Amino acid sequence: MLERINRAYAQIARAQKTLGRRINIMEVCGTHTATIFRAGLRTALPEELKLLSGPGCPVCITDQGYIDAVLSFADRDDIIIATYGDMIRVPGRKGSLEQKTNRGNIKIILSAEDVLKLAKQNPDKKILFIAVGFETTAPATAIMANEALQQGIKNISIFSNHKLVVPAMEALLSGKNHRIDAFLCPGHVSVIIGSDAYRPIVERFKKPCVVAGFEPMQIIEAISEICQQLANERPLVASVYHAAVTPEGNRTAQKIINETFDIADGYWRGLGKINKSTLKLKEKFSSLDAEKQLGIEFIPEQDLTGCCCGEVLCGLMDPPDCGLFATNCTPDTPVGPCMVSSEGACAAWFKYTRKKGRVDGGKR
Amino acid sequence: MCLAVPARIIELKGDEAIADCIGNRIETKTTLVPDVKVGDIVLIHAGFAITVLDEDEAKKTWQLLADLDNFSKTDKRVSG
Amino acid sequence: MAANDKILLAHGGGGRLTDELIRNVILSTLGNYTLCKLTDSAELRIGQNNICFTTDSFVVKPLFFNGGDIGKLAVCGTINDLAVSGAKPLALSLSLIIEEGLEIEVLRKVLHSAAEAARGENVEIVCGDTKVVEAGSADKLFINTSGIGVKLPKADVGFERIAAGDKIIISGTIGDHGMTIMSHREGMKFESDLKSDCASVAEICEKVIEKLGEDIKFMRDPTRGGLAATLNEIVNQANYGIEIYEENIPVNLTVRAAAEMLGFDILNIANEGKVVIAVSPQKAQECLEICRSSNNGKDAAIIGDVVASKEPLVELITTIKGRRIVQMPYGRELPRIC
Repeated sequence: MLERINRAYAQIARAQKTLGRRINIMEVCGTHTATIFRAGLRTALPEELKLLSGPGCPVCITDQGYIDAVLSFADRDDIIIATYGDMIRVPGRKGSLEQKTNRGNIKIILSAEDVLKLAKQNPDKKILFIAVGFETTAPATAIMANEALQQGIKNISIFSNHKLVVPAMEALLSGKNHRIDAFLCPGHVSVIIGSDAYRPIVERFKKPCVVAGFEPMQIIEAISEICQQLANERPLVASVYHAAVTPEGNRTAQKIINETFDIADGYWRGLGKINKSTLKLKEKFSSLDAEKQLGIEFIPEQDLTGCCCGEVLCGLMDPPDCGLFATNCTPDTPVGPCMVSSEGACAAWFKYTRKKGRVDGGKR
Repeated sequence: MCLAVPARIIELKGDEAIADCIGNRIETKTTLVPDVKVGDIVLIHAGFAITVLDEDEAKKTWQLLADLDNFSKTDKRVSG
Repeated sequence: MAANDKILLAHGGGGRLTDELIRNVILSTLGNYTLCKLTDSAELRIGQNNICFTTDSFVVKPLFFNGGDIGKLAVCGTINDLAVSGAKPLALSLSLIIEEGLEIEVLRKVLHSAAEAARGENVEIVCGDTKVVEAGSADKLFINTSGIGVKLPKADVGFERIAAGDKIIISGTIGDHGMTIMSHREGMKFESDLKSDCASVAEICEKVIEKLGEDIKFMRDPTRGGLAATLNEIVNQANYGIEIYEENIPVNLTVRAAAEMLGFDILNIANEGKVVIAVSPQKAQECLEICRSSNNGKDAAIIGDVVASKEPLVELITTIKGRRIVQMPYGRELPRIC
């Protein structure tokens, strides 16, 4: 592996030299953010190559109103909240689900199928399912919703906040001040939507879009491909994730998403409203739709004074540049969404690099 | 938004399967990969197989699988 | 910590929150010179002897798991705290808090395991206590063990002995116990070949002290909070940095796969049969060989170095030659899908 790494680093350095300027590559997947930090990748790349963490963490971009609405149900004895572990520590205005776990009605699940099991085991309770995630996770919710309908299960309430990646990427590139030169595209979202889904971005905005898996070697090889495209001034859609990604994606998954969800405008924490970016359950699933069944009311988000998450999510600032970073805003006392999720940009920076303004903990 | 692991299908009944990820056996639904067979390596995310993997490419991609491959020749089970 | 803050599960996780609870609430109320050292065992001079004294409580769920049970855990855990302090374990107390309704056969099995574990280490359970609480007031069975041992004459371990250049050794694979327990947990259940590493490290500790004496600078058994917690405790108390090499850290492949499945960082996952040793660099290879020739140390490895540093940090050099910080874990690992 060392040979492959050195080869890729050499290619990156060469392309970087040809370009003669700083390159900004944005990754839009929380799992990429996590891998990059855990592997210490930034410390191994040339200084002129900057990795920006985009809005790819579905936990970070879940609006505060959604969390508050969920928390309002945590105190009800007739409701069991079913959630992926990622959401437990996300704070709303009045705390997080973690502070309510002693009540026993919050269940961490690993699969949407667990929601069906919970519903059958607890016929006298309503199971409120926190359905977040990008296109990778939406098919699971869709399959579960269809099964629930077929089996006549009535005590499930799906609170859908699935988001779509490509609209967010387009919104970022449409913004005035972005500094994005290329995208590192999410590996498993791409398994579902196919690498061809990024063609509109390449065609309209002329930015390279390269799909990578989540092993550190995958990310290094994708960065190498991006640098070469930039040096040759030929932006393309490409993939280094040959094991799993095809141009057309998983048609079965796409079909079930289309049959179960409508695409609606949605609110992304830190980014504001993005058109046609959120999945909401179709009319035929009203009996399973939490917004209709439980009368959930969204309260508009408070302005968080001093919070720079919007700029961080757009790659305009690094976390340590925010005045609140590591002072008022820490993983234990998060203010904004980027610190909220353990793999959000600010939290990852805090966890793996510690010091304001320093990229790594020591020499390169 | 993408945590997923490669695992080999060892049992399959309808769209319910058991997959083995180096000695860990996970229940998984194969609704999204209707053509899957026992013996295929799939990628599992949140309890669902989302694609069948090319086995040779998978060994080149995942260090875990490469180590498993290397170790099976020496009966080793510990990396590092 | 405000007076109306509540205890979270993470306060018992052996990570950051446990540390805060101990310092801000427990030490600030009970604090005395010996307690504030926060060593694995307290060392007390009684007459001509240096006696080590320690206590630990066990609340593991499920009670029985592949590789052990709460009985074996309760005995090995306390023996280990004595052993890593450089003491020869002598005797244990065993206190039971039993939930009304527990089958007596279950209790018998647990006690049998405890007896066998103690016998295997030539340690006697010499006193105990039994309480029964109403159904719902305890989760089946809680055990506390306290232990005493005599300090080995050649032992001279402590944070203050650690110096730049010392090597860090781990006696075997990491994360085995924690991942095994997780696989039984509701919401994460899966069948596996995972096995807890629940075991005594007394043989390793005694052998390395006997052979290498004061070249053994420090020992600790990483439990809750994993290797990450132990290394952070060392840097914070000793005021040095530590650098470890990812490719040197021994991990069982099945454990690694399970951690990847759930999105866990293996460095934060509990162990119950391992010891971390800081040893003089010139004796590191010999120390390694002693570990590897012991019952419980065949996968031992030198994983890093103690370094002089302006700030006490644990740094990991990764397999792709990057660097990143290993922080004190929060205290509760949550499974992720993203």
